[in-house]
Amino acid sequence: MCTFLAVSKRVDTAIGLGAAVIVVQGLTVPLNNLIYRFLLQDGALAWAGLPEVDLSFLGLVTYIGVIAAFVQILEMTLDRYFPVLHNALGIFLPLITVNCAILGGSLFMVERNYGLGESVVYGLGSGFGWALAIAALAGIREKLKYSDVPDGLQGLGITFIAVGLMSLAFMGFSGIQL
Amino acid sequence: MRFLRRSLDRMHPLFARGGRFEQYSALYEMVDTLLFTPADTTRSAPHVRDAIDLKRVMIYVVLASTPAVAIGVYNVGLQANLGLQELGLAAATGWRAWVLQAIGIGYDPDSVVACVTHGLLYFLPIYIVTLAAGGLWEVLFALVRNHEVNEGFLVTSWLFAATLPASIPLWQVALGISFGVVIGKEVFGGTGKNFLNPALTGRAFLFFAYPAQISGDAVWVPVDSYSGATPLAQASSGGVEAITSAGISWGDAFIGTIQGSVGEVSALACLLGGAFLIAAGIASGRIVAGVFLGMVATTLLMNAVAPAETSIFALPWYWHLVLGGFAFGMMFMATDPVSATMTRAGMWIYGALIGFVAVLIRVVNPAYPEGMMLAILFGNVFAPLIDHFVVRAHIRKRRLRDGYEQ
Repeated sequence: MCTFLAVSKRVDTAIGLGAAVIVVQGLTVPLNNLIYRFLLQDGALAWAGLPEVDLSFLGLVTYIGVIAAFVQILEMTLDRYFPVLHNALGIFLPLITVNCAILGGSLFMVERNYGLGESVVYGLGSGFGWALAIAALAGIREKLKYSDVPDGLQGLGITFIAVGLMSLAFMGFSGIQL
Repeated sequence: MRFLRRSLDRMHPLFARGGRFEQYSALYEMVDTLLFTPADTTRSAPHVRDAIDLKRVMIYVVLASTPAVAIGVYNVGLQANLGLQELGLAAATGWRAWVLQAIGIGYDPDSVVACVTHGLLYFLPIYIVTLAAGGLWEVLFALVRNHEVNEGFLVTSWLFAATLPASIPLWQVALGISFGVVIGKEVFGGTGKNFLNPALTGRAFLFFAYPAQISGDAVWVPVDSYSGATPLAQASSGGVEAITSAGISWGDAFIGTIQGSVGEVSALACLLGGAFLIAAGIASGRIVAGVFLGMVATTLLMNAVAPAETSIFALPWYWHLVLGGFAFGMMFMATDPVSATMTRAGMWIYGALIGFVAVLIRVVNPAYPEGMMLAILFGNVFAPLIDHFVVRAHIRKRRLRDGYEQ
């Protein structure tokens, strides 16, 4: 039920989901950043007179909660204004709540100690990268319809291989320090 | 020749449908089409009358890249002999020294024969292992999946061997071509069905699996304990000045007497071979122009923001063209008709994307001194998407022109 694999059969729906992920990432990462820094971090509650409290163990639950709320809002918005896209995405729109890339965005933000500005850029950037990757995968899968894949690998099998080969190509960007 | 034809014809019924060796018909097909022009013709419409077919396309690509490989082979020997001279060694070690001694050819870097022979002793084993390992998988898949052994493998193996450094261990060669042929091509159904260039897929696999051997920051001179930085690695630490002060002029890099992978060193031979391919209508001139313009534009941009003369940002475009695998990749790898874009406008975009990413990786990414291979794979990944949008824009344009509603 990974959205990256499930919604990448057609380029149009893939781009729609990609846009949804950009929105969700762009909003939840900065929001989680604020929550982490002013509520959860060790000593973050000093402003409330509780300097010894460390709520960072609540991180995972909180981030998921925030993400789930935002995805729900996004779903209602899409249902109201873009019903075609909403129908095309179907069950996979609520499922981006549990998308590893989205939770990963918030967790990396915490691990790397980003500030608010950095987390806005990071959220939008990682969302955009995800959208790019799913659009490229959808393009490849549309092309692969004409290929002659062995029986045992048809469907998800060949998609996993294609994604692995894609990651080989994306490796060129790992290690860039600006 | 007539004897060969006759004996093949006599064997044909055995391999034809219903024959005793029916399941080995791919092997028969391979030998027959390698030796003779296939007699098959298309039975139903549409018919295209053209002198070019898949076999000729593939043979032309091999022919066009032969000068680059030939200069590369000479250069491997030259670099090895120069390396020996520099370290003050009288002879190489291992079986190559034995062969060179047996045929009475020394290690004189000024002698073309000595350099070519020494180079061949490195290139031939690599190529033979490539053919044997890759060919094994190719034939195996052809037999099991009942399709033909395709001439495409000839090009894949040739180009794969040309992108490897001479100092690579042979078991890595076998591993790389196996990955390229099986995962890069055959799991998708063989020639024409893959989305990445199989030769580059194999090389990228080796690149990430065994970075110690082919990461491209240290030179590949096949002499024990010889070491040094490649021109691109030097450029990333000290700009053009570092390259020229290491004794490498632009002319050296253009002709191809610098250290590097076998086929990539001579930009001149790559450009000539590429011009032949474009003239023959095999490689797309649009892709080549797109890669070149994308590279020049990105380089000019990088030059404009260069912090200092000695930084890699200031490396001019004519150096980017001759260093590393840029010319080879632009002419022979990016133009692979299977993994490139199919639409005309798409070819420009695809090419420019490759040129852009290649310079970006070279200049901005300190982890990899060379980015051409990864840039081409990146272009391959986005090629279907680019085509999708070009076709969509085209449909919309025609609809509007003909007065249809959206």
